[in-house]
Amino acid sequence: MPKITDAATAIKQIKNGDTVMIGGFMAVGTPENLVDTLIEQGTGDLTVICNDTGFIGIGIGKLIVDHRITELMASHIGTNPETGRQMNAGEIKVTLMPQGTLAERIRAGGYGLGGVLTPTGFGTVVEEGKKTIEIEGVPYLLELPIKADYALLHAKVGDKAGNLMYHGTMYNFNPVMAMAANTVIAEVDEILEDSFLPPDSIHTPGIVVDYLVKKAW
Amino acid sequence: MIVTRVAQELKPGSVVNLGIGLPTLVTKYLPEGITLQSENGMLNMGPPAPNGEADPYICDAGGKKVTILPGGCFFDSATSFGIIRGGHVDATVLGALEVDQNRNLASWMIPGKMVPGMGGAMDLVVGAKRVIIAMEHCAKDGSPKILKQCTLPLTAANQVDLIVTEKAVIEATEQGLILREIQPGSSLEDILQSTEADLIIPEELRG
Repeated sequence: MPKITDAATAIKQIKNGDTVMIGGFMAVGTPENLVDTLIEQGTGDLTVICNDTGFIGIGIGKLIVDHRITELMASHIGTNPETGRQMNAGEIKVTLMPQGTLAERIRAGGYGLGGVLTPTGFGTVVEEGKKTIEIEGVPYLLELPIKADYALLHAKVGDKAGNLMYHGTMYNFNPVMAMAANTVIAEVDEILEDSFLPPDSIHTPGIVVDYLVKKAW
Repeated sequence: MIVTRVAQELKPGSVVNLGIGLPTLVTKYLPEGITLQSENGMLNMGPPAPNGEADPYICDAGGKKVTILPGGCFFDSATSFGIIRGGHVDATVLGALEVDQNRNLASWMIPGKMVPGMGGAMDLVVGAKRVIIAMEHCAKDGSPKILKQCTLPLTAANQVDLIVTEKAVIEATEQGLILREIQPGSSLEDILQSTEADLIIPEELRG
């Protein structure tokens, strides 16, 4: 059973220097309350793994603008010009990778795999420093798993068993990140404290969710 | 002219992913029966939401609030890129900074200047069955974008199938770039002058 608590209590355990996965695509599916709380409590020097850095003032963009991230793994930073500025100024280390590769590396981390083989990036700068393995005449890059200390997710509904249901394009990286972190904190719009979601409508199984926080603003 | 010509390439019944920018404009001219895939996790994407009726949790790959059509579905990024890499997308339409005669595409960065990241483009170009490039024939300064060899970091090697510009429709093949159509308002001379790559000119277009 997850602990049902408020954002400050759930986020308190995250310390300077931790590695944090944050769900969301262009800020849809990003837990804004959890991100705000991380900023309020002053945590910094974070390694953040996410698809994109949102926009200035929205989503993960808030952590960038406040200089809380020293290392970033993402697929796209174009919608938040501040990320590019910090990267060019040497204030933040950014590793960019194809979006499908990012999803599969996180999935590998959470699914107990030693890596994945993908054709994406072959013949480009993405292949630098990676093993190429040929299978039935097709070259694939070996991409290694990614894990994190924490995953911060956003779902539509959570039940008292921790089961999560997303809505719309909120899913994106949330379901794979839920599997790939030591501690999972989910912000949800609605908590069913006395009942359960229908077993057929669950997108992330509750056993991987450690904390449920109701979205409060 | 570019977007209407690209729309003609998309056949009813196919699954299509449109890139950000110029390719998105193709949406208006799509034939009936196209299923749009959005890499952030949606099939059967619909038009932008009417003012005041947007669902804050449904956006397209550019972050714009959109709708979903009947029969559509939502899914996570691993599934989305499984659909893309797994060959379940019939065609993708993307913009480009450079394309070359070896079917290479450069579209994601200008070192030292513009590094937005590749997003889903590298997976789309490798995974989609047909890669259609929709772009202006030349760069803003007038320099050619269709080259013998790309100078910028590649998005993918040997994947481009068709290039549609305001001047020409060019098929990219193992044999090289074949000029298929001269767009209204352009001419063979104009195309040859504004293209660095070697073009194969079929007899019927030699004038």
